[in-house]
Amino acid sequence: MAASMGSVYSQKEFRSKKREVFEDILEERRQSSDLRYAMKCYTPVIYRNLTPCTPSGLKTSVLQSLELQYVIRQISSESGESCESIQEQAAEILDEMGHNLRMGAIRLFAMSLSKIFKRLFQKVCVNEEGIQRLTQAIQEHPVVLLPSHRSYIDFLMMSYVLYSYDLALPVIAAGMDFMGMKIVGELLRMSGAFYMRRSFRGNQLYWAVFAEYVKTLIRNGYAPVEFFVEGQRSRTCKTLSPKFGLLNIAMEPFFKGEVFDTYIVPISINYERVLEESLYAYELLGVPKPKESTSGLIKARRILNENFGSIHIYFGQPISLRSLASGIINRTQYNLKPRHLPQRPPEDVQSFVRDVAYQVELNQIANMVLSPGVLVATILLQNLPGMDFNVLVEKTLWLKDLIEAFGGFLEWPDNLSASRVVRSSIDLHSNIFTLVDGHVTLLEHKHTGLLTEEIVFEQAVSLLMCAFYRNQMINVCVRPALVVLACEMVQSSIKEEIFRSFSFLRSVFSKEFIFFPGSEDKDFDEGCFMLTKCDIIHTTPSEIMITDKGTIAAFFLSKMFQPFLEGYKLAYTYLVGEVTNAFTEKQYISGVRSFISRLIVSGTSKCYEALSSDMQKNILSSFVQLGVLKRMKSVSEATFCLEKKMVKETAEKLGLQMFTEKLPSARL
Amino acid sequence: MEAAQGSPVSALSQQRRLRVISGHLQAGAAPGISLNECKAPAAPSSAAPSIPKKRQEALKWNGWGYNDSKFTFNKKGQAEFTGKRYKLSGMVLPALREWMEKTFGASLDQKTTSRASLNVSDAPPALVNEGFLQDVKAIGISYSQDAEDRIFRAHGHCLHEIFTLREGMFKRIPDIVVWPTCHEDVVKIVDLSCKHDVCLIPFGGGTSVSNALECPEDERRVIVSLDTSQMSRILWIDEKNLTAHIEAGITGQDLERQLGESGYCTGHEPDSMEFSTLGGWVATRASGMKKNIYGNIEDLVVHIKMVTPKGIIKKSCQGPRMSTGPDIHHFIMGSEGTLGVVTEVTIKIRPVPEYQKYGSVVFPNFERGVACLREVARQRCAPASIRLMDNAQFQFGHALKPQVASIFTSFLDGLKKFYITKFKGFDPNQLCVATLLFEGDREKVLQHEKQVYDIAAKFGGLAAGEDNGQRGYMLTFVIAYLRDLGMDYYVIGESFETSVPWDRVLDLCRNVKERIVRECKERGVQFPPLSTCRVTQTYDAGACVYFYFAFNYRGLSDPVHVYEEIEFAAREEILANGGSLSHHHGVGKLRKQWLKDSISDVGLGMLRSVKNFVDPNNTFGNRNLL
Ligand SMILES: Cc1cc2nc3c(=O)[nH]c(=O)nc-3n(C[C@H](O)[C@H](O)[C@H](O)COP(=O)(O)OP(=O)(O)OC[C@H]3O[C@@H](n4cnc5c(N)ncnc54)[C@H](O)[C@@H]3O)c2cc1C
Repeated sequence: MAASMGSVYSQKEFRSKKREVFEDILEERRQSSDLRYAMKCYTPVIYRNLTPCTPSGLKTSVLQSLELQYVIRQISSESGESCESIQEQAAEILDEMGHNLRMGAIRLFAMSLSKIFKRLFQKVCVNEEGIQRLTQAIQEHPVVLLPSHRSYIDFLMMSYVLYSYDLALPVIAAGMDFMGMKIVGELLRMSGAFYMRRSFRGNQLYWAVFAEYVKTLIRNGYAPVEFFVEGQRSRTCKTLSPKFGLLNIAMEPFFKGEVFDTYIVPISINYERVLEESLYAYELLGVPKPKESTSGLIKARRILNENFGSIHIYFGQPISLRSLASGIINRTQYNLKPRHLPQRPPEDVQSFVRDVAYQVELNQIANMVLSPGVLVATILLQNLPGMDFNVLVEKTLWLKDLIEAFGGFLEWPDNLSASRVVRSSIDLHSNIFTLVDGHVTLLEHKHTGLLTEEIVFEQAVSLLMCAFYRNQMINVCVRPALVVLACEMVQSSIKEEIFRSFSFLRSVFSKEFIFFPGSEDKDFDEGCFMLTKCDIIHTTPSEIMITDKGTIAAFFLSKMFQPFLEGYKLAYTYLVGEVTNAFTEKQYISGVRSFISRLIVSGTSKCYEALSSDMQKNILSSFVQLGVLKRMKSVSEATFCLEKKMVKETAEKLGLQMFTEKLPSARL
Repeated sequence: MEAAQGSPVSALSQQRRLRVISGHLQAGAAPGISLNECKAPAAPSSAAPSIPKKRQEALKWNGWGYNDSKFTFNKKGQAEFTGKRYKLSGMVLPALREWMEKTFGASLDQKTTSRASLNVSDAPPALVNEGFLQDVKAIGISYSQDAEDRIFRAHGHCLHEIFTLREGMFKRIPDIVVWPTCHEDVVKIVDLSCKHDVCLIPFGGGTSVSNALECPEDERRVIVSLDTSQMSRILWIDEKNLTAHIEAGITGQDLERQLGESGYCTGHEPDSMEFSTLGGWVATRASGMKKNIYGNIEDLVVHIKMVTPKGIIKKSCQGPRMSTGPDIHHFIMGSEGTLGVVTEVTIKIRPVPEYQKYGSVVFPNFERGVACLREVARQRCAPASIRLMDNAQFQFGHALKPQVASIFTSFLDGLKKFYITKFKGFDPNQLCVATLLFEGDREKVLQHEKQVYDIAAKFGGLAAGEDNGQRGYMLTFVIAYLRDLGMDYYVIGESFETSVPWDRVLDLCRNVKERIVRECKERGVQFPPLSTCRVTQTYDAGACVYFYFAFNYRGLSDPVHVYEEIEFAAREEILANGGSLSHHHGVGKLRKQWLKDSISDVGLGMLRSVKNFVDPNNTFGNRNLL
């Protein structure tokens, strides 16, 4: 079925909604020789002011930079170690990190990836206009590529796509665990990737070498620099709260006047099915993931016989850092200190970087192409253990309209009947859905007998995988949904109260979903606007009411977010009821997990999603931010404790019925 | 923009001779120089100012410089430079037209028309303060209410000022011009001004490029332009201490010529020195081309006398350095006519150098050139002048190649023979050139020259001959005339400058040039602008950078406004890149809005309190700086 879908589509799919033309870059690969493709004449467009240099020249200029020399001298004077020996360490770090662009490797890489991708994916669709814009941008100014991060495939894919379009291969700041994968790691490195250790907090030298390396790349426009604002692969498929460190470094050359401008390009990479989906589910449930290793990858060869559907890559509009910063950042503040001295970013810069990071993620979200499977998963989650196929089709069509009205970017094959579309989605995700006798069920959930911890665990795996796909569109729905939730919670139609409740929910969930910092009003208005547009609510200047026609949609939205609401409530109950001493994150997660799994086994709760360590980590930091928890730094690990007084106080102050009411542990 | 070649440099041999003569005169006040008698002529014949009291007799009413000197296109459509004053005068410049067409998309068919002559009837009528007028008459000070005299003193040489002259009229101009002839006259005028509550604006050479001379539109009082041109005597020369005491209205060319007659010079040579005055230099903190040897104006002055509404400010002695609290000279230097009138200045003088030698170096690119200048500064061996032009300016040199074979044979031609042998591998679209001027005794100059060329070689620089260097310096001063030609063909432009630490020079140059190009595009300028720069001065801790910026404004309804917006953006870019608000042009009214950020609130408050004390009624009401 999947292959047939590929042939039904023409090579160029026309997107009516955003008028974007996607091109399937595998199409041509399927028709001509991969070898010839790999040997093609590759003369990428480059930055017009590029000062040509070799990878080793690059390393030398990093090592000799005033910035690094300063740090080396400083470390030496603090530690008593000689400058030479520190310099040597720096050189080693650089070797370990340094990428090493080799044409031969690129060609080998291009060829093997062609082969692998063709087996794994039906299509790799790229928006052509985005490529044109990028081609232009690369020539004008240094470019920073910021793709979403859902899979290790991301950066293989990025390099592959850029190679296909004759663009300069990016230099990638990638996590170090790849170093374990000997062959692939080396290949990746030769094709441009460079590595940073996952955690080098506290290692001043490492940080300095790394920062200088990135800045040098940007200063001379050597190649596009690529990294992930999310910092790591999102295991839940929800966009992770952004990290700012790398972005900060990447912007510094502009702030300090070392480059005229820098382009920031948000890129959305969406997988119809993600390679690591089950790995993620296990990981979230606390089963350690297998360490990445080449043999592991080779074992994963069976994967190669599976179908992972299509990939959509949307290259967003390049954003000029200069125009973003204009009127916001006063660059003269860098005038009174030598530019090579390490300097904590001034406050306005910090908040600017933060805003840009959020903006980039919001762009990624807006341009993320959603597949029909996302709708199917969302609907099924609200109808566990399963539902009638025809009802599912009907509901899917209904949801499609709703999501599109909310601005979701849906990839829906208009030339197929709706049931065909839903059918192929179920087939694609046959590892989580089954279709038997016109009935669709989520795997493992048709259990009728007594629950055990093992069964709960298995159910949780398939449920988290299903939620993974729902999560692809959760940020599209979050604003209207929180308005609906707020309406329900205040049990009143007074706009102000609803807004207050909305703001509260928004801050509780600030780690869970992506909101632009400080834009409560705008988010609320936007949520209301979408709901009004869809006739779900009716607003007057002072009131908001859910319309009769809108109750179904409102209920749907509210239900979509129940797992989150409930998960947070459970965590709260656990903290208030079961915890007395200070605790570490680790202790908390295992504690709350067994608490919740007990509730599920006993039939009191069905909140499988709360078993996810991702949600629990978000809860911790959200509660810390709300003042419900206090975070204490200690030598080894941070610990937390409940601010008992604060709980009631903040809760009441903010009017949190959700937290203030005495929660009977039985009925939540 | 350079000094008139005719005057200081060509007079060199004569100066050397004079020096021998003056050697026989013993130190002390030179003969024939009177200290107190106001009207008595100071020195003999040569003391008559080169610029007449009626400026219109010699100078253009709507452009730069002398009436007789200008660029035009002859009947054959070739550019030529008229007159006899400059080395380039009377020459045909066949390449200029193509350069203008190519660089700006300008065309000979597309001509703008300036009004043919100054339209005196459009001039705002003169306000009259009867009391002041009667008193001025009573003390016998020369004055004029003639419209032409007033308009000539209503402006400096900013683009919009010249544009206004060509196409319109200023909204406000001085109501009366007075010509004091000595310090005492100024004291009387300032007294009368305070007494009759008029607004007083000192006028020196009128070369300001910061709107400093513009009359505030909403000034209700009578505006009096105090023209210092008749105070231009060298009052004494002290050969023991190597100082000279001089009236503030003397122009640079007269000062150097007259000192030269005694074998001395100040060595202060701003590009505007034909017209700008000693008082103007002090008032704007001017900088001269040869500051590496002689220093900037603040290094040169030993004593300043200034007349303020509160009285006369001066020091009690002429000690070479004092620790007597903040130096009051530094309130005066850069005061831009807001505190009082500088009337007499004691300035350092030096014997005219025995030997001068030009030179030039070609670098493969601008980066290497800057690195070389930085090294020269590090070794503190900068020649009297060292300037580094970027590639666009290098190309421009070609455009001013005269037809006849002469020293002006173009740079490229001059380089041709080098190209074949030495410059292979230099990209003509990348290379840039430094011009050098060495001064001193012959042996030292040659030694010095070798040192500099050795450094240059380390940065890939190749010596490109004396002629190229000399031509470079000669061309700079005619560039000021070129703007007038551009304006005839829809091209407007200006130069502006900054100073910046060494490590930021390249970044600043690149970013500012690019910003200009961008802003032009965004504002609908139809053709890419000329956006070029050069490093004109080196210091221990940084350099002075000069930008030229011009564009074709066809298709724009308000070109001056567009121009000003772009210049504004360029200045913002300069500041964002660690450049200063100004290295030597000053603040005036043009750059006032940035002064607070440049010197901090408190700093501005300090200046304001000085102003409030010295001039509580804002008699010196040109509203510069604050
Ligand atoms: C083509 C060109 C080249 C230039 N090159 C240089 C250069 O190389 N270096 C440089 O430093 N500048 C340069 N300038 C700028 C200008 O020449 C200087 O600012 C010069 O010092 C101004 O002197 P002026 O006598 O013309 O003064 P004006 O333009 O007449 O006046 C300038 C300001 O000083 C005040 N003022 C003038 N005389 C007195 C006085 N006696 N007492 C108190 N206040 C007074 C005026 O009120 C006014 O505010 C150049 C300008 C042009 C147009």
